[in-house]
Order: sequence, then C-alpha cells, then structure tokens
Amino acid sequence: MKIKDHNELFQEQEYIDQFERKKEFENCPTAEEVQRIAEWTRTAEYRELNFKRQNIKINPAKACQPLGAVFCASGFEGTLPFVQGAQGCVAYFRSHLSRHFKEPMTAVSTSMTEDAAVFGGLNNMLEGLENAYTLYHPKMLAVCTTCMAEVIGDDLNAYIRTAREKGVIPQELPVPFAHTPSFVGSNITGYDNMMKGILTAVTAGRKGEPNGKINIIPGFDTYTGNYREMKRLLDIMEVKHTILADVSDIYDSPNSGEYKLYPGGTPLADAADSINALATIALQKYSTSKTMDYIGKEWSQSAVALPPIGIKNTDRFFEELSKITGKPVPQEIENERGRAVDAMIDSHPYVHGKRFALVGDPDLLLGLISFLLEMGGIPVHVVCTNGDKKFLEDAEAILSESPFGREGKVYTGKDMWHLRSLMFTEPVDFLIGNSYAKFLWRDTGIPLIRLGFPLFDRHHLHRYPIIGYQGALNLVGLIVNTVLDEMDRKTMNTTSFDVIR
Amino acid sequence: MRQIAIYGKGGIGKSTTTQNLVAALAEAGRKCMIIGCDPKADSTRLILNRKAQNTVMDMAREKGTVEDLELEEVLLHGFKGIKCAESGGPEPGVGCAGRGVITAINFLEENGAYGEDTEFVFYDVLGDVVCGGFAMPIREGKAKEIYIVTSGEMMAMYAANNISRGVLKYAQSGGVRLGGLICNSRKTDKEFELISELAAKLGTQMIHFVPRDNEVQRAELRRKTVIDYAPNHPQADEYRELARKIADNKNFVIPTPITMDELERLLMDYGIMESEEAAV
Repeated sequence: MKIKDHNELFQEQEYIDQFERKKEFENCPTAEEVQRIAEWTRTAEYRELNFKRQNIKINPAKACQPLGAVFCASGFEGTLPFVQGAQGCVAYFRSHLSRHFKEPMTAVSTSMTEDAAVFGGLNNMLEGLENAYTLYHPKMLAVCTTCMAEVIGDDLNAYIRTAREKGVIPQELPVPFAHTPSFVGSNITGYDNMMKGILTAVTAGRKGEPNGKINIIPGFDTYTGNYREMKRLLDIMEVKHTILADVSDIYDSPNSGEYKLYPGGTPLADAADSINALATIALQKYSTSKTMDYIGKEWSQSAVALPPIGIKNTDRFFEELSKITGKPVPQEIENERGRAVDAMIDSHPYVHGKRFALVGDPDLLLGLISFLLEMGGIPVHVVCTNGDKKFLEDAEAILSESPFGREGKVYTGKDMWHLRSLMFTEPVDFLIGNSYAKFLWRDTGIPLIRLGFPLFDRHHLHRYPIIGYQGALNLVGLIVNTVLDEMDRKTMNTTSFDVIR
Repeated sequence: MRQIAIYGKGGIGKSTTTQNLVAALAEAGRKCMIIGCDPKADSTRLILNRKAQNTVMDMAREKGTVEDLELEEVLLHGFKGIKCAESGGPEPGVGCAGRGVITAINFLEENGAYGEDTEFVFYDVLGDVVCGGFAMPIREGKAKEIYIVTSGEMMAMYAANNISRGVLKYAQSGGVRLGGLICNSRKTDKEFELISELAAKLGTQMIHFVPRDNEVQRAELRRKTVIDYAPNHPQADEYRELARKIADNKNFVIPTPITMDELERLLMDYGIMESEEAAV
C-alpha cells in the first residue's frame, strides 16, 4: 500500500470537496472576506492593535523552565533527569529535544495524576526514585518540577531527604534538585536553576587544593558543535578545563550500532572538583546568572560571562582567558581569526546595508546583533520573548555602539505574531530565527536564516559551531549564502547570467 | 537570624498577636521583619498604621509578572523600623493562595529582602497547613520554629492539634520544631489549665497565656499595636512578656499530635464536655 504524503493527499478532489462542504456548517466567511481580513492584518492599524494585545501570546519564542532543566541535567555523566510532575510534560521535553538533535533523549517522570494533586506528590517521588534507580542505574538523579508539583507546593528537599531516610535510594547517591515552575521564566531560567542545584550538590564539602583549571558553563546552548569547538580551542591554548554540562556526546553520539543510555557528559568527579578551579567562564549571561552569582559568592573564584559569538566578543573571550590563565593566545588561534576576518571582508558587500529581523533567546540575540553589526548588517527588529529589562539595556547598548545599530529596536516579552506585524509594516531583507519563524517567512516572503532553538526542519545545523572564529566563519557562510540564494531566485527570469557573486 | 512561623485557626488572633509581640521585640531594640502569608493581607496594618499595604501578588497582578517588581514597592518599614511585606493572593473562590505564598517568598528571598542585620523574621500564616504552599515558610532554610496560637475553644484546640500533625511531617525530614502554644484567651472555662494540658500532650509548652483585654481592640481600631497605642497599659506588658519568652525560648520539640478521641477526652476530663452517656 502506498502511503500518501499529507501535502498531496489533501490536494485530492475528495478532500477539496470535503473542505468545501464543511464550510456550510462552520458559518465560514466568504473567501473574499478572509482575504480582506488577511490583508488588514498587514496594516499599521492592525499593528497598533496587535501591540496592545494583553491576554494572549501567539507563537512565543521560548520554551518552559523544566525543558532547560532536563537539558542541563542530561549533560552530566550517568545522570538521569527526573521530573516530579505529569508524564505529558516530560514527553514534550523529550520529543522537543529529540526533534532538534535527531537523537534519543532520556528523562523520566513521576507520573503525577489527580490523586497526587490532592494528597501531594511524596509517594510519586518515593516510588519514582526507587524505580528509576533500580531500572536505570544512574550515577546521579537530577530532580526538577513541572507546573503541577509547583502549584500544590511539593517540597523537593524534604521529599528527597525522606526518600533517603526510607532507604529507597542509597545515602551516597547525589540527588540535586531545582524547583522549575513552567509558568515562571523560560528554558534559560530552568537551565540556570538546575545548574545551580547540581553544582551546589556535587561540590558540597569538596573545597580543597586549587586545581588550576577553568570551568566553562556553556548555558542553554543547543549547538553541539559549540561544545566541541570550545574544547578544541582550549586544548590548542593548553588550558585545562571542565565543561559544566557537556551535552555534546549526549546529543551527538557516534553510531556504533550499540545503544547507550548515558553516552557521555561531564564526569561527576570533574564537576565536584569544579569548586577548586581558577575561574568559571560562562558562555551565556542570561541562562547562567543565578549560577554565576552563586559561584562568585560561594566558591571564592572569579566568575565572568564572556559570550564568544562574533569577532569582537571572541577577541574579548581570549583576552580575558589569557589574563586569567597567564597563557598567551597561540598563533594558530590568531590565524583562525585572520581567516574569519578575511571571509567577512570577502562577503561583506552582500551583507552590508541589509536589514534584519531577529528572534530568539537573549544570549543568542546579543551575539548575533554584535556579529551583524561587524558585517555592516542592520538589525531592525529584535524580538526576545524571554528577555528582561537588563537584556533590553544590554541589547540597546550594543546597538548604540555602531552606526548600523541606530535603526534597531528591541522588543522584550513580545512574540512572533508581533514580529509579523513589524515585518509587514517595516519590511526587512532577512529574518533570523528558529524553525517556527518559518511561518513568518511563509506569510511575508522574507527569507529565513535558521539560527537558535529549536531547529526541526533543517538537518545538522546544530553540529556546526557558531562560537569562536570558526563559528564566525560559519555564520558568514550561513548568512551570505542565504543572501546569494535569494539574489539568484529574484533574478532567475532576467537577462542576468552572472555566475560570479 | 531566627525565622519563626505563626500558625493557628482562622480568626484566633494570629495577626494581632504577631504584630503586638513583634512590636514588643522592636521596642526592645531587636531588628524584626513580618511576612504576611495570607491573601487577606492584614498581617502588617498595625505596624504600618495604615490600611492594608501593597502586596507582592497585587503588584504582580498589576504588572503582569512578578519579575518586573521592585523590592521597594512591596517592602515597607513601620513601627520602630519593622520591615513589612504581605504575600497577598487571589480573591476568595478563585486561583491558588498557596502558590501566591510560594511566589511571594521566592521573590523576597531572591531580592534580598531579609537583609543581613535582621534578627527575627515572622511568618504570619493563614489558618491550618492546608496545602503545600502554606508549608512554604517551614521549608528547609526558612522558619525553624513554629508557634501555634490557640484558645480554650474546642475548634481552636482541634486546629492546633491538626497543625501539629502538619509540623510533624516536616519535623521528621527537616529541622523545623514546635516552640509552643500561645494561648490567646477567649475567657472560656479552665482555659489556662486546658491549654497547658494540651501543650503537655503535644510534647510542648504553653509559652504564654495572653489575657483578653479590650485595649487590644481599641488599639486595633486606631491601626496600632497596644505597644504603640498604650505602652503603659498592663496588656502591653503581656506582649512584652510573650516577646521575651520567645526570644529566650530553648524548648523546641517534634510535636506528638493526639487523636480526636483523645482531644474529646481531654475536654471531658476538665468537665467542659459531657461524656456521651451523661449527655443522654
């Protein structure tokens, strides 16, 4: 039997007739009326109404706290992310991450149902911990929560302690936890809370001799290529390091024909010893703020955020790293910088003066704004659903440093439907965003450059770094080739046979 | 910093007792803070001498999110510099008051509301321990001592016993302990003896017997504590005594709650309740 694809299936006469018949019962407006309203949603008048909208979000560009928390937890050796809450939530985290990485994702839930909502989730926690430990033999269980457990006020600390006292899990098994209500913050808050929870638990009582290493906290970074790139760069510079939550082998594991439940991650011994490092560097600021605050205060080591997207940011990363470690930046890395700059010069005539709309997580946006300005691109609309006041200030400060940033306006708490209005009323040349931004492309015809999370509809993008000089090179390629594709598409039916761009 | 949670049956006088005793502590030069954990938001009016203050949840409702709140908007200073905050919460019949308490306490903690020099933090908590949210003040790292306000009325004693049961759950896995019962007198029969006996059965003490005095109501009508309104009145000394006893208290226990039958027997033993045979 031939299984028809939905694209063709619904074009068949049978379905066309069925859709037509349905209209009779749906009190459907005429096609002309639908068209008229569709046109109206592109106007300035509609934009004004759209920006006054209060009680609904349409395609917000963010995910929820526990998604960030399980992502963080999965990056530690032998660690099973364990969610106190409803099963459906965990199915969502797993499928969301799997669709992005095209890899299996492991996490368990305590399957809370109505009785747990009434009586509290202690029993679910006890049974869940016992089952998960017995079946999956984790070296660490990292616990976070969903909305349900948070609304009824489940106390993770008390529950986990009870579990130890009752002997359902061994005394020595590390069970860090983080309260991660989905209705507060976003994926970046959840990442931060879980990271702080894990580091607090695994480093307790481990303060000792300095180990001379540098801790790197990548933040909510879904580019496995970035992790490998950072390790490569630190190795070239001969900086001993610990990547805290190294998800690279979890979400990009070699196909050996054998399934591994825990295919990698930061060794727990290294995580425990991270308290004795020389310094901690976060590669994102907004997804690590509580953790970095904790490290700065409790570990008595310097904790600094140095996000390395774009040339200037990467320069700053290496300057600071060199200062902290006392090691010079090797020629090899300087050569990489030279090659990236050369590539940017080659391509900049095509990017210079092009107008961009951007949507995504705050840290990614800050990096991309900075990079676009370096290329002479003009960030016009910057939409950050999960950005706060500090992000707004940071983003505006970066824009104000360049003449290309003058037009840029930053919108926090807004969603992709707001961005749609912006793109219709103040058109741009290109859009940067995740796979969901595809529908903005579909509506406006403005080409989408896929960057961020999730990236469901194009393959392998997450395997290539966007940080460091190599990452800058990849960004140049991604952006300029989209520009050139678009140029070719637009001149397809002209007299131009230009093969050189 | 000592963090103390006050529980008790609704309407028993938790807020009045808490504010008077905190006023007495502040008068003695101690740095105090009150966090009202009740959607009614009446835990700080006597300290601030004004109608209910802006609550954390009110402000969150106004701004759409708690993340946009500034600490100064919800943390006020009242009588003798006492810091005051109210969690607030939903209108009766909707939403989830317990979550409001969790949200508010998280906000205050994350924004450093407690400060470094605060010696006493009092949580004035609504009614019984009805849901996980109302146990927030006694989670790890928060209040370690609990006082239960009660009176000689049967239902107040019933509530006190019930609250002890909730405390027991948290005491077994955490560090929270019962510091005593505060008897807020309703002038019922043999009240002093009865509450002393109930305290003994719960394994704790009646830390103080606060006599009933209309001066409390007169002060309340002027939005003041007795300490503030009539510092020389004997009732003010009662609150000073309560404050001193709490400050000096060393008697912290894991409570031993009793059954409903035992509670009824206690009332019968004191001749307050007739046995079923006698009632026929």
